[in-house]
Amino acid sequence: MQLTKTVAARTFASLSSQLRVLSSVAVTLLLTFIGLTSVTFTIGRVMPADPVLAVIGDRAPQAAYDRVYKEMGLDRPIYEQYYRYLGELSRGDLGTSIMTSQPVLEDIKRFFPATLELSTIATLIGVLLGVPMGVLAAVNQGRLLDHFVRIFGLIGYSVPVFWLGMVGLLVFYGKLDWVAGPGRIDVYYDGIVETVTGFILIDAAIAGEWDIFHNAVSHLILPSILLGSFALAYIARMTRSFMLDQLNQEYILTARVKGASETSVIWRHAFRNVLVQLITIVGLTYASLLEGSVLTETVFSWPGIGQYITTSLFNADMNAVLGGTVVVGICFVGINMLSDLLYKTVDPRARS
Amino acid sequence: MTLDNKPLDEIGLKAWLLAVAPKSPAQARCQRAYLAWRSFRSNPIGMIGLCIVSGLIIVAVLAPILTSGTGLEPNLGNRLQPFSWDHWFGTDQLGRDIYDRIVWGSRITLYIVGLVSIIVVPIGLAIGTVAGYLGGWVDNFLMRITDIFLAFPRLILALALVAALGSGIENAVLAIALTTWSPYARIARAEVLSIRKAEFILAAQSQGASSARILLRHVVPMCLPSIIVRLTLDMAGIILTAAGLGFLGLGAQPPLPEWGAMISTGRQFLLDQWWVPTVPGIAIFVVSLGFCLLGDGLRDTLDPKASDR
Repeated sequence: MQLTKTVAARTFASLSSQLRVLSSVAVTLLLTFIGLTSVTFTIGRVMPADPVLAVIGDRAPQAAYDRVYKEMGLDRPIYEQYYRYLGELSRGDLGTSIMTSQPVLEDIKRFFPATLELSTIATLIGVLLGVPMGVLAAVNQGRLLDHFVRIFGLIGYSVPVFWLGMVGLLVFYGKLDWVAGPGRIDVYYDGIVETVTGFILIDAAIAGEWDIFHNAVSHLILPSILLGSFALAYIARMTRSFMLDQLNQEYILTARVKGASETSVIWRHAFRNVLVQLITIVGLTYASLLEGSVLTETVFSWPGIGQYITTSLFNADMNAVLGGTVVVGICFVGINMLSDLLYKTVDPRARS
Repeated sequence: MTLDNKPLDEIGLKAWLLAVAPKSPAQARCQRAYLAWRSFRSNPIGMIGLCIVSGLIIVAVLAPILTSGTGLEPNLGNRLQPFSWDHWFGTDQLGRDIYDRIVWGSRITLYIVGLVSIIVVPIGLAIGTVAGYLGGWVDNFLMRITDIFLAFPRLILALALVAALGSGIENAVLAIALTTWSPYARIARAEVLSIRKAEFILAAQSQGASSARILLRHVVPMCLPSIIVRLTLDMAGIILTAAGLGFLGLGAQPPLPEWGAMISTGRQFLLDQWWVPTVPGIAIFVVSLGFCLLGDGLRDTLDPKASDR
């Protein structure tokens, strides 16, 4: 009787502490969204000298100017304009793109899967290679492998990704002809496969078009290895440092004294305690790859959201630029907060 | 009369720097700097970084002596030349000497990096120290704002900002600075929290020093080491972002020899004249690496706790 009572009390305490974490994360999330949208609002409506001219051009008659001025709500106070902006956002109304004369949201739906496909595969490469590398570096601290990981990390922090992509294209496409060139797929395969998920690899596999599948892999391989190695450098470095923290603790010594094998000490004891922290790091990496794909996409002519934003930018298509920024921003913030939340609810050490 | 009390010229510089009991605050400060330097000197990684970074500064300062022109005038008769004694790194599509442009470009890189630092560090320090020192709702409010900026996607936001403000070095710097300051506020606040209750702060308070004086004279100097380490480590990121904006055509505008913009304009010659876009990329890499290594070394010296990471 006594026992069940304490168990119930403890469960309740842990639940309420998790609820507290949840609500604090929710507040931060809300504030961050307000911050993000007010920045994009400021960039779009306040900063340009005259947002109306940006829409109708400077040769429109005065009557048209006045009408658009009213339509855009520019005669209303600024907080009301912002409120209206939030309303439009929540309905998914990001305005119409001047460049494609389609709703920005439709454009983004078309371009986003390409970015997702690239950054997902890059993150997978980073995790599958980076985690074991980091663990091995920590176990062999101060030895050759450790230095290798460190140097690799330093290079990852210092190489301009767009330049490396260019050189990669020169060597592996231009000289060696091992991979396909820029773009997501060869032009003559374009539009053959029906779009189901937007991920070309999956769509081609569903349709059973294995030629197209191979072609897409050959296009994907260089940019994803490139982005993946940046993810790898970061993940390996963080894994190493988390593992070192664990390996220096007393329970590891206890396990060794008890005669646990080295493999079991490393993977069953130390690594298990690193897992949650690692998931947070992977979340961060994924978010930053989504965001950082702008440069890679430009180099590889990858038809993703990054390229959409930059080409819109050069066509002074502000709706498209800001729409893209908001969508990427929301994904970025969302993934960050999710991994933070995960860390705080699953790992009791982070709760204190 | 012990050794420590002799004037400087009698005992030599080294002994003066290593004296057990310094006689003046100035001597104590010199001693601390000297000891830090000795520990830094034994760190090969940091020394390589220091060499690269000071090399960059020397090249930027001596640019008029090191080059034969400004790297801006086209010379169409001399287009796309490969490496030679006349043109160490070849020439670009307008016949401009790439070596000259790299050397002059180092000034732009330093300018960007310097400008970002003098915007970011004071903002971060001001917000962080005020939040940490005053505590309460001020702390809560300022740290919420910091958190919001910390969670922003940096590159995309910089893109959107430059889109609104127009391209150019200054706007690129502004965009980078706006998305970079938040970690500094966090660091400064953490440092302040760890020393807020220290005895020397209490002593200053009981002597009637104002909050502003305590913050500026006593708190800020304590925050500087970790801020400097973080800034050096961030430099590579700042350089890469600036070069990325230049590559997209949103940073420095042609004909300025900004390295990212040079890669962008040289891109179409990659297949046949590979050196045109490759050399500026190597320059960016070497300089970023230099700052990374220097930052690593500084961290080992100034903040040994974190050096394992």
